[in-house]
Amino acid sequence: MSQTSVNDLNQPVTERDHTYGPADASVTLVEYGDYECPYCEQAHRVMKELRGELNDEVQFVFRNFPLRQMHPHAELAAEAAEAASAQGAFWEMHDHLYEHQDALEREDLDGYAAELGLDEDEFVRALNEGRHEERVQQDFLNGAHSGVNATPTFFINGTRYDGQWDAPTLRAALEDAMRQ
Amino acid sequence: MTPDAAEGEIDYTHPELEAEQTPLQPGTEAPDFTLPTTPDQAVTLSNFRGQPVILAFYPADWSPVCGDQMGLYNEFLSEFRDYNAQLFGLSVDGVWSHDAFEADRNLHFPLLADFEPKGEVARAYGVYRDEPGTAERALFVIDAEGVVQWSYVSPVGVNPGVDGILDALEELPSEENQ
Repeated sequence: MSQTSVNDLNQPVTERDHTYGPADASVTLVEYGDYECPYCEQAHRVMKELRGELNDEVQFVFRNFPLRQMHPHAELAAEAAEAASAQGAFWEMHDHLYEHQDALEREDLDGYAAELGLDEDEFVRALNEGRHEERVQQDFLNGAHSGVNATPTFFINGTRYDGQWDAPTLRAALEDAMRQ
Repeated sequence: MTPDAAEGEIDYTHPELEAEQTPLQPGTEAPDFTLPTTPDQAVTLSNFRGQPVILAFYPADWSPVCGDQMGLYNEFLSEFRDYNAQLFGLSVDGVWSHDAFEADRNLHFPLLADFEPKGEVARAYGVYRDEPGTAERALFVIDAEGVVQWSYVSPVGVNPGVDGILDALEELPSEENQ
């Protein structure tokens, strides 16, 4: 039991993940994030920009890391994204939540399901039953074991990326990874 | 810190400057201590024999990163409880600072004030830094018998995360995990 310095993703990217971009991309960017975290909202704008620019070359993955004590709305918002995912609309809800980060009360979430054209009754049932709680907790724990130490935390091709994540810097890091 | 550096400009980004001490290594008996946690309460380490203890030394309340680190641990209290483990945060700040910091960050675990004599416990664990006059960002997992089973010193500017603690708790003999 000695010191560990390299933080590697201990949960490989699989079909259970929410992915954007080609599965056979040479570079995979995994983000652990929290829907109520203001830094994650900034990161979301960066992700949207990069998703637009690099969508042929990079596979983007999002996993939940709700800091529940710090952000009381983060857990249910994560479950809402998972409930939308069960109806095939993960990224739509994901983007919508970050674009409405200041309104994450339960009635807001139900309203977003309606706005996005989801089956609202089914969505409401999923949240009421806590159907996606376990999934969110699995993401949270495998993130912790992989060395997630804040939100957002990024992994490029399975190794934690500790650099700046403004769009130009992160883009350069992804392009470096493409060349390797 | 250069002599003309203004107060508040302590360099937290170059932890490799001087490692004057060696942190206590696995197999060492954890030095006992009693430290105040609130203006009228104190914690004695040896009272926690029989369960694992996590000691998280950090440089200062309110400084960048620390808040994140303690905030992160605050999210894992139920996982630590699964191992019957007790977490303490320790810095050289006094109880009133800890009190305000805990309230501000909504922390649900005790912060101990290694305040008088300043840094005495950090020194005993080999994780005191003379120049800024604070503890390192150092983690210890102590088993139910009071023996250090894992220690880790992180670069002061880097939040060490929670994976090392969880792995160390996982590796404790199972009768201690309960």
